Amino acid sequence: MHTKIEARIGKDLVAASAMPLVLAILDDGESYGYAILKRINELSGGALEWTDGMLYPLLHRLDRLGYVEARWIAPEGGRRRRYYRITPAGRNTLTEQRRQWEVVSEALRNAWHGFPITISALSPAKG
Amino acid sequence: MDSAIGPGIEAQIREWRSYLLRRRTMHQVDVDELEDHLRSEMSELGAAGLREDESFLVAIKRIGGINELSREFARERSSRLWKQLVLAGGSVRERSRWAYAELAIMLCFALGAAIAFKLPAAFGIDLMDTGASGNGEGDAAFYLRNSALLALPFLIGFFAWRRRLPARVVVGLAVPFVAAAILVNLFPFAEGGDTEALAAIHLPILLWLVAGVAYLGGVWRAGAPRMDFVRFTGEWFIYYTLIAFGGGVLSALTVGVFEAINIDVSPIIASWVLPCGAVGAVVVVAWLVEAKQSVIENMAPVLTAVFTPLFAMMLVAAIIGMALTGNFIDAEREVLILFDALLVLVLGLVLYAISARDAEAGPALMDAVQLVLVVSALVIDVLALTAILSRITEFGWTPNRTAGLGLNLILLANLVWTAWLLAAFLRGVRPFADLERWQTAYIPVYAAWAAVVVAVVPPLFAFK
Repeated sequence: MHTKIEARIGKDLVAASAMPLVLAILDDGESYGYAILKRINELSGGALEWTDGMLYPLLHRLDRLGYVEARWIAPEGGRRRRYYRITPAGRNTLTEQRRQWEVVSEALRNAWHGFPITISALSPAKG
Repeated sequence: MDSAIGPGIEAQIREWRSYLLRRRTMHQVDVDELEDHLRSEMSELGAAGLREDESFLVAIKRIGGINELSREFARERSSRLWKQLVLAGGSVRERSRWAYAELAIMLCFALGAAIAFKLPAAFGIDLMDTGASGNGEGDAAFYLRNSALLALPFLIGFFAWRRRLPARVVVGLAVPFVAAAILVNLFPFAEGGDTEALAAIHLPILLWLVAGVAYLGGVWRAGAPRMDFVRFTGEWFIYYTLIAFGGGVLSALTVGVFEAINIDVSPIIASWVLPCGAVGAVVVVAWLVEAKQSVIENMAPVLTAVFTPLFAMMLVAAIIGMALTGNFIDAEREVLILFDALLVLVLGLVLYAISARDAEAGPALMDAVQLVLVVSALVIDVLALTAILSRITEFGWTPNRTAGLGLNLILLANLVWTAWLLAAFLRGVRPFADLERWQTAYIPVYAAWAAVVVAVVPPLFAFK
């Protein structure tokens, strides 16, 4: 049996993966909304489709939970921009989430063992 | 980094911002952040070869629908709504720095206004002196003419600071103030004359509209932002009334409490606390309206919805009463002033209802009620006009009649076309936006007329 799968990721999955993704990106260094979205796009090869604006409520939630720290930086002669930086608490959460995701993906891999599908558009992610 | 963006697109970005801000879930900082995102996306798309308007549309679309966005923000914020009553926007950490700095600067402006208002006291000018002490013209007249001139510059200063107005605009805004200050203080007004009272009534209106230019960040030519100022004015008025009421209760209680322990504080309250509070509140309330938008935005449309039908009923009843008894408007001065105040209030109600309404929505019952209100106001206006005209033909021109005639004509023109547009909208012939555009286009007329009454009418009648 062959099932063709669109590389589009469902809404629930996008929502569930959003927090660890953003935290992981911020773990690489301080960043701002637009750059974070571009990075997500790069990492997923464009398969993770976000409505851009939705990133910001998420960032604010992470801020409220104390996982990230936000600050405004106004460059000389440029418009001010809000930068986010991961906190130690955020790093702990990221470690914990990563562990959970690995368990889930391991379980899925085991369950799918010997279940052949053709993934036409799901090319290996770059980056 | 960014290429310069054309004025048309800049205006659209402003409009988009104001739509976002109107949602009570998003604050200034959130919208700033989204705007930064929008501009980043636009400059990237522009670099990829898209035209400016194209990249604007694509970037807007990618950011997502305003409804979903504000819902998402609401979900994130709902548990903290009560905190909005304390301080606006931002996270707890940012709030401690940025918002407190803003609060402190705002309070400086309010304090400045209060000091400026009491400064004349250092030169022996007393607000409470009505001229009874015999030193010629009472000092109360000085305050009557100059109150707005003393208080509103600080409101403009606050706006200029918040909107980062260029110096050129600030200087432009100072011109009407300086001109008005020179005119009203150099005009040889007759003591207790009508021209002085008229100038004193119209000057604040003119200066408030000048402050509107500062509120709009100097962009006053476009229609849609002007509506924001109308909305701001309505919300400011409601907030100010509430705070004035609270301040009155507090002062009365203070006097009572100290009286009980045999200390008379009423002179301090009357000559310091009340005037300084009233003037400082002008700035504080302006700040509150912006900072606590979520609170007022729920209240103001409700108030308009309650009072539009009530005023409509009152006017219809008054017209029926006149028709049944045959007693038309008496051309007494007090009566005419009463009717003018009524008409101005009705117009304010209509204007505010328009500003609070979603221009996209179809005709509703409330629009029909509004049409009744406008048409009955029109009838009253025509009656008042005939009364004034008959007085003028019988007894000649006076400052009061001239000001009344002008005001009634201006209101008449506005109401006629408003009624026409409302009726067309109810029949589905014209979009609601036409009505909005008409009202915003008309605002400069008020400013022009107020300027005429302040600067031209007094010399015309030899300052009587």
